[in-house]
Parts: sequence; structure tokens; C-alpha cells
Amino acid sequence: MKRHLVSTADLTRDDALLILDTAEELAQLSGRAVKKLPTLRGRTVVNLFFEDSTRTKTSFEVAEKRLSADVINFSAKGSSVSKGESLKDTALTLQAMGADAVVIRHHASGAPARLAQSDWLHGSVINAGDGTHEHPTQALLDAFTMRRHLNPGAGKDLAGRRITIVGDVLHSRVARSNVHLLNTLGAEVTFVAPPTLVPIGIDTWPCQVSYDLDAVLPKTDALMMLRVQRERMNAAFFPTEREYSRRYGMDGLRMAQLPEHAIVMHPGPMVRGMEITAEVADSPRCTAVEQVANGVSIRMAVLYLLLGGATLADAPRTTDSSEAAQ
Amino acid sequence: MTTYLIRNAQILGGAPKDIYIADGLFAEIGENLGHEADVDIDAHGLIALPGLVDLHTHLREPGREDAETVLTGTQAAAMGGYTAVHAMANTFPVADTAGVVEQVWRLGQEHGYCDVQPVGAVTVGLEGKKLAELGAMHDSAAGVRVFSDDGKCVDDAVIMRRALEYVKAFDGVVAQHAQEPRLTDGAQMNEGQVSGELGLTGWPAVAEESIIARDVLLAAHVGSRVHICHLSTAGSVEIVRWAKQKGWDVTAEVTPHHLLLTDELVRSYDPVYKVNPPLRTAADVEALRAALADGTIDAVATDHAPHPAEDKDCEWAVAAMGMVGLETALSVVQQTMVDTGLLNWEGVADRMSRRPARIGRLTGHGRPISVGEPANLVLFDPAYRGAVNPDEFATRSRNTPYKGMDLPGRVHATFLRGTATVLAGELVEL
Repeated sequence: MKRHLVSTADLTRDDALLILDTAEELAQLSGRAVKKLPTLRGRTVVNLFFEDSTRTKTSFEVAEKRLSADVINFSAKGSSVSKGESLKDTALTLQAMGADAVVIRHHASGAPARLAQSDWLHGSVINAGDGTHEHPTQALLDAFTMRRHLNPGAGKDLAGRRITIVGDVLHSRVARSNVHLLNTLGAEVTFVAPPTLVPIGIDTWPCQVSYDLDAVLPKTDALMMLRVQRERMNAAFFPTEREYSRRYGMDGLRMAQLPEHAIVMHPGPMVRGMEITAEVADSPRCTAVEQVANGVSIRMAVLYLLLGGATLADAPRTTDSSEAAQ
Repeated sequence: MTTYLIRNAQILGGAPKDIYIADGLFAEIGENLGHEADVDIDAHGLIALPGLVDLHTHLREPGREDAETVLTGTQAAAMGGYTAVHAMANTFPVADTAGVVEQVWRLGQEHGYCDVQPVGAVTVGLEGKKLAELGAMHDSAAGVRVFSDDGKCVDDAVIMRRALEYVKAFDGVVAQHAQEPRLTDGAQMNEGQVSGELGLTGWPAVAEESIIARDVLLAAHVGSRVHICHLSTAGSVEIVRWAKQKGWDVTAEVTPHHLLLTDELVRSYDPVYKVNPPLRTAADVEALRAALADGTIDAVATDHAPHPAEDKDCEWAVAAMGMVGLETALSVVQQTMVDTGLLNWEGVADRMSRRPARIGRLTGHGRPISVGEPANLVLFDPAYRGAVNPDEFATRSRNTPYKGMDLPGRVHATFLRGTATVLAGELVEL
């Protein structure tokens, strides 16, 4: 494994499968009464969040605690950061405190890459979402969820599976991380969005682009709806919320156009009534809640592999879990 | 005054000749001159060019003396072979009054490393709303003829039209920073494949090209001249080429970094590559080189933009835009234009001295190296090869994208009206 997780583009197929398989094993823990492993005992993990995030931060925190790491939450709000401290000085401070890993969420694209490349910090850097760049653990948990439904089993990939990602691709770090990872895992990715929300240069990405959701639905194994922020309307990306919903929103009628086995995914938080109706969000085909649970397993796997330096052969099995039960 | 005998210099790359400098002038030029000079310089293998003229320099004083002062900036200019620089107006306070431009001009005179020709702001406070007192700045001791809101675009078409018309009264020129503001709101880098992948807000080429197209049409309409700052795209080249074919009085400059670097470098998220206009694509670089070679682009201008370390040692989004460039410009031009066969040394002298001086109406600069002319001269060693070491820079700032890069050539000596400002590659104490 590599030392940092900044972009899914850095993951080879073997890396990605190792993370998915490890997460699969770690997921078995969640069914146990005692969910804790001693693996990261004595290691310090800092959650450095420059942007509000309840879901991702909580998910990382649960993952860290289940691996027995010492967890420090360093929120930009109410800290020296809000008083104008630079990223560099914050990083030097964390380094001085002995952080073994820093989980960073930042509003600026590239901030985790800066941390990973700088000599400000020697621990592992895990990107928990940077601006409109990447959100690698989200893509990993998405792939994990897809694999469970579409091609279950250790060592399996997503070869030939047709994944449709709908919504604000331009501003989506989830979309960017997904396109790299899904391509690495052999899936065929199609983005669907109004042309205003498709980045310039997407023709060089390993994906297809369509402006017509209805045409793509019957050829979809997993459909991922991205959140569309209402503010985008004011910047003239689309005329009205209702028009967006009509053309690119997921409702019951559209869900019926999907193949029988297809799942509907959403990274959350969902804007009900905008990109997804309640009927779809609450249907058994929607995996949004399952994705949250899978997120913990994936983040445990990432922390375990980056900090434990372990290979799959060392992944926690009965010995580790019996130790945990002691 | 100290007299100098420069032996075997290749003037504009020609056959070796001796140059005798006395009383601030080229006193004699020929073979095997027999003068007794105070200082003898062996210029074997060195190229002699007229002192370089920069149309686009940020000296930061007054206001940001932590980044650069007139003294350190002109020392950097001398080290780069420059004998005149145009100091941009985006200082604090803005150079939008006769008082500020005179102050900057006088500082240049006092220090003596390089002539400082202040650029006056087009509009009060660079706000694009109200014309600054352009006439007063022209009539001041600084004698301003180039006006620019550089850093900001004069985006209001009426204000631009009026400025273009108004400066005709004193043979002025408006140097436009072409950037349509609404198309570049929050822009972080060139809009293209790389920005899409990196999730950085794009700065589309059309935001530059649409303003240039408008302004060449405006200049033609009112019969004035317009100068385009730091032209950076292949499309801009096409528009300027078209305007010149029409016979309109349009000139343009390109920076050294846009001749060499591309937006691929942004993949590192290292803000040393953050600059405005942004680094573009390899196709743009190729078009810019060709346009500089065929004369569509008139001049190389550094856009030397010093910033203190903390403004670059941070995440990309909050980093300052700009690069220092005075001390590396000639080397970058050698690498991109001379070593590639696109320009000879005569062409370099034209694009880095003669034409920029003419655009700025600097009558004492950009003149031929011939007897009786003011001795503004740079001796350049094109055979030198070495890695760029920012710690050796004279500029107060270190934000160079060339750190550690092997660039050809270095300045051996610079003369400003017969006074050596640089000798044997070292600054002279004045």
C-alpha cells in the first residue's frame, strides 16, 4: 500500500481490490457485540476538518475508534485556523503532536495533495474530500456497495458493469473519484448532466457523457444520483429547480425504466424533491443507508492498510477478533 | 566616468568586435581597439545586446515592500540585463496620481540600477469606474505614457473607449489586462482538461480573447493605439494577427513563462505555478513562440510579480498569483526561441529592447549599439548551463517556477548609460 490516499487515480487494481476485500472482512465485525479491534492502539489519527461535514467526519471517527486509534478532532471552526493560521502551521502543529495520520477535509481542491507532498507532516494523509477535486473513500465505499450487489465476492471487480452517474459532475468530487476508481475496476461509466454541469475536457476522461437520462436508464446496472445545490440555479447552470428535476431528477417512473437488478445510489446528503423523489429514496432499491454503513468498513480498511502497513494476508481474521473480544 | 573596453563581444551575435565606452556613450566600436580604459572586459564568447526593456514589472513599492522595493527590483532587473522597466500601477496606494508616479520614478533615479518608468493607472484605484488623471501623470516628472489597470481588466467598454481616445493627446497607450471578469469569477487555472480533472475553477481562453477582440476594434474605431499585456492563448494570437493585418496600431507582449510552461504543472497543486493569466496548454505555447518569432507579438515582458514566501507556501486556492521573472527572462528566451532556431540574437534585441522601448516611447532605450549612442548594454554568456538557484536572486522574493531547472545562459555584465550595474555576473555597488 501507499502512504497516502489523496486520489483514486493513484490506486492500482490490486490496491483497490485489497481495500475492498479488507473492508469486506472488517464489515463482519459490525455484526458482533464487541466491534473493536486493537490494531491501531497507540496510534494517533487527527480528523482535520476545514469544512462542515457531519457524515464523513462521524464515519471516519467510528472507523478510527473501532480500530482503537487515539482520535483527535481538529475542527477549523473555533480553532487557531479561524484566526488566520496557515495550513502549513496547522500541519506543523499536528506533526509536533505526533499525528500518525491526518484525515483532511478542505474546501480548497488540492489541499490534501499539498500536505502529502510537503515536508510539513510525516504521517499518512487521507483525503476526506477536497473542494471539487476528489473524495476517494466515498468512491471506495460506492464501489464496495456496487460489488456487493452486482458481483459479490473477494477478489471480484466490476468488469463490464454499467454505472450511470447523474447530476452536478462539474462541482462533484464524488464524480471525479468515482470515474478513476470505476475505470480501474473495469466498469463502464456514463455521466448524465445538463451540459452546463459537465466539465470542459471531459472528453478525455474514461467515460461516456449523455444529456438524456431516459435513454441511459435501461442500460444501467447502478445509478448514482449526485446532490445538486440549489445555489447553482442562481449562477445560471439551469433555469429552475423544477426544470432540473423534470429533466435529470429520479422519480418512480424513471426507476421503473431501470433493469430489475439495478440499484439506485446516493452519496448523501440527499435533496429530496430535487434530484430524487421520496418514492425513490425510500424504495428498497435505494442503497443510500447501506452506503453509510459500508463507509465505516471502507474507512477502517484504508486506515488499517495505510497505518498498519499490512497486506491482505495479515488482514484481521479470527485471531484479531478474539483478541478484541478479550 | 569610468571607461570600459569590452573586447571581442559579438554584437547581436555577429563577428567579435571591441566596444569602447566613455562618457556614458559607445565611444568607439571596431576591431583591436587600442584605447587605455579603466576597466578591460574579455567578452570572448559573449553576446552584446542593447539593454533590455521590460514593459511589465511589479516593483511593489509603495505598499508591499515585504515582496519587493524599487531598489531590489531594479537590482534584479540589472542582473537580468535590463536597463529600463515599466513599473505597474497596482501598488498601495495605487499609482493613479502624479504624486505616486513621481515617487516611484524618483526612487528609480536615486538607486540608479535601472530606469524606472512608472505606468499610470487607467482608472482611479484600478476600480474601472472613473478615469484617473492621466494627463497629470503624463505631465509629471515621470512623464507617463503607458497606462494600465494591470491585475484588473478595464472591462467597461465605454471607459476603455474613453481611455483609448483620451491618451491620444499625449501619444499615450493603454495596456490592457485582458480578462473578462464574469467569465473568470473565482478562476484558479486555465480551463481545460487539467482544470476539469483537478477540480479547480477554470479561466477560459475566451475570457482573454473576447476582450482583445473588443479592444482592437475599439482602438481602430477611435484611431488610438492599444497594447495587450501578457497575451497567453493561441486564439489571442489570431486576433492580434488579424488586427495587425488591418493596419491597426495594436501591439502585444508575452511573458517568458507562457513561452515555456504549461498547465500540466498545476497537477502538483504547487502555487509557484499559479499566475494570471494562467499557464496554458502546449498548443498555446507553440502558437505564442511562433507569434513572437513572426512579430505578431512585439515584445517579451516579464510580468515580474514578487510575493513573500507565505503567500505561496499554502494551499492553491488562497495563494497569490504571479512569478518573479526579471533574472531568468533572457535565459528562458534563449531556451525557447534562440536554441530552437525561432529567433536569432538580432530578433531577441528587437523583441526585448527595441520594440518594447518604442511601445513605451522610451527614446533613450532600445537603440542600436553604435558609436554616439547611450551605452545601454548587456553582455550575455549563451554557453553557460546551470540550475536556477533562487537564493542567488537579487529580487526580494523567491517565487520562481524555474527553481532547480537547467536554463541556458547568464548575464555577464549590464551597463546603464555607460555605468556598469552588473560586472562578472555580480551586482556593482553604486
